[in-house]
Amino acid sequence: MTTVRIYQVVVIAAFVALLEALCLMGFIDKITMPPPHIIARDFYKLIVGRRYFHEIGQSMINVLIAFGSAFVIGVITGTVLHAYRRAREVMDPLFATYYAIPIFAFYPLFIMIFGLGDGPQVLIGYMLGVVAVIVTILNGLDRVPRVLKKTAMIGRLSPFETAWRVTLPFCAPFLLTAAKLALAYAFIGVIGSEFIMARSGMGYEIGHAYTNFDNATMYPLILLLLLISIVANGLLSAWEKRLLARRGQA
Amino acid sequence: MSAAHVTLRGVTKVFPASDGGPGVHALGPIDVDIKKGEFFAVVGPSGCGKSTMLELLAGLTVPSEGRVEFEGKPIRGIPDGVGVVFQEDACFPWLSVQGNVEFGLRRSNLDAAEKAARVAAAIRMMGLSDFARAYPAQLSGGMRQRVCIARTLVVQPRLILLDEPFGALDQQTRLLMGDEVLKLWRETGATVFLITHALDEAAMLADRIGVMSARPGTLIDVVETNWPRGRDSRIVERENFGALTSRLWKSLRDESMKTMGRMGI
Repeated sequence: MTTVRIYQVVVIAAFVALLEALCLMGFIDKITMPPPHIIARDFYKLIVGRRYFHEIGQSMINVLIAFGSAFVIGVITGTVLHAYRRAREVMDPLFATYYAIPIFAFYPLFIMIFGLGDGPQVLIGYMLGVVAVIVTILNGLDRVPRVLKKTAMIGRLSPFETAWRVTLPFCAPFLLTAAKLALAYAFIGVIGSEFIMARSGMGYEIGHAYTNFDNATMYPLILLLLLISIVANGLLSAWEKRLLARRGQA
Repeated sequence: MSAAHVTLRGVTKVFPASDGGPGVHALGPIDVDIKKGEFFAVVGPSGCGKSTMLELLAGLTVPSEGRVEFEGKPIRGIPDGVGVVFQEDACFPWLSVQGNVEFGLRRSNLDAAEKAARVAAAIRMMGLSDFARAYPAQLSGGMRQRVCIARTLVVQPRLILLDEPFGALDQQTRLLMGDEVLKLWRETGATVFLITHALDEAAMLADRIGVMSARPGTLIDVVETNWPRGRDSRIVERENFGALTSRLWKSLRDESMKTMGRMGI
């Protein structure tokens, strides 16, 4: 284990220990937050008892669909827009102001269109992520050295082959950044939507437990959500680090 | 050496202005024949259109007027049998040395065994056998340029275009890379077209050297070096080497001054 990693573990352990002390000494009351060791115990019970597994699975599938569609459509759209300068110029103002639009405000409209199923949650997760992916891919493609494109031309690669074999592989670090953004937005969009209006899913269960002062359910579900998100992002970051090291950029 | 392998006849290149005004006359008219198996170098002041000339031969751009021919056929698109080595690092950083060299054969119809043999031969020829699995980031600038040369060689080009391939390297490495290129030129029998800023590099490597004027670049002098085919970098020790570079500089000095004047220096 590296020195930095040891410090990271120490910082997290110290933070958990501080929370534990504050809870046990009564600075944080039990209704607001139980001590971390109680959360850990409830988390263990949740996992062993397979409680809410159906809801957890449903939410994770929605997150995956939102993430996957935002990533794939974002990469394809970014690549096509990069090839057509005029189209990009038309779209640029939308990309620049996109995140000023409160996408959650469209939730009632999505419910009218898609009904009370999973569609609206997935759509919001997708909509939050897709533009971040497009902008990141465009940024990466802008940095592809001209000499690599000329090499592709000399090799008589078609535009599709050039994207597949040269420009997108060059942009791999940007693809991973885009994937991390799409994943984060998919979690925010799906779980956030479930909080507001859904009738099931992890977000709904966390919200339901909150209104019923059911900390034994709420905190383990939040912890699980945190762990899933951190592990997924950690895997992508490790992949990115490996890739950058291979390119001498780590 | 035999008949013309590459022909440029009345070739000009004018780049259109983006605001609809008169375009930039970058090159020409150029008239030159390059013989099969010849090592032809071009020197000229910055911005004289040397790289444009190379891009015309590579099929990366088309002439505004005149015709460019390779093996008797007009060049339209990227011609078959042409390889290019650029000045900039053109290694694919995500591929190993072997992957980079294999890339050259991506569109070939050779069977897997023959491809592997050609890749291994090109890697061996460039002295990179011990680094076949290394990534470009693990190599020096000179070794990365050798990877690019190996990627070009693997397709067995009949015309090799070198666009200031040693421009980013130190003097020692440039001399040694020059030896490598001369060895390859002899072994492959390919025609080589070299663009360079360095007069000594052109004088050491080429059979003939075309001297270009300031923009729009035209050939103002073509100098025969009369070096033996079996030469290497030790040719710089010859008494007449200095006279040759002096002659090149004499032709080029006024043109370079014009370019500097244009730049306001």
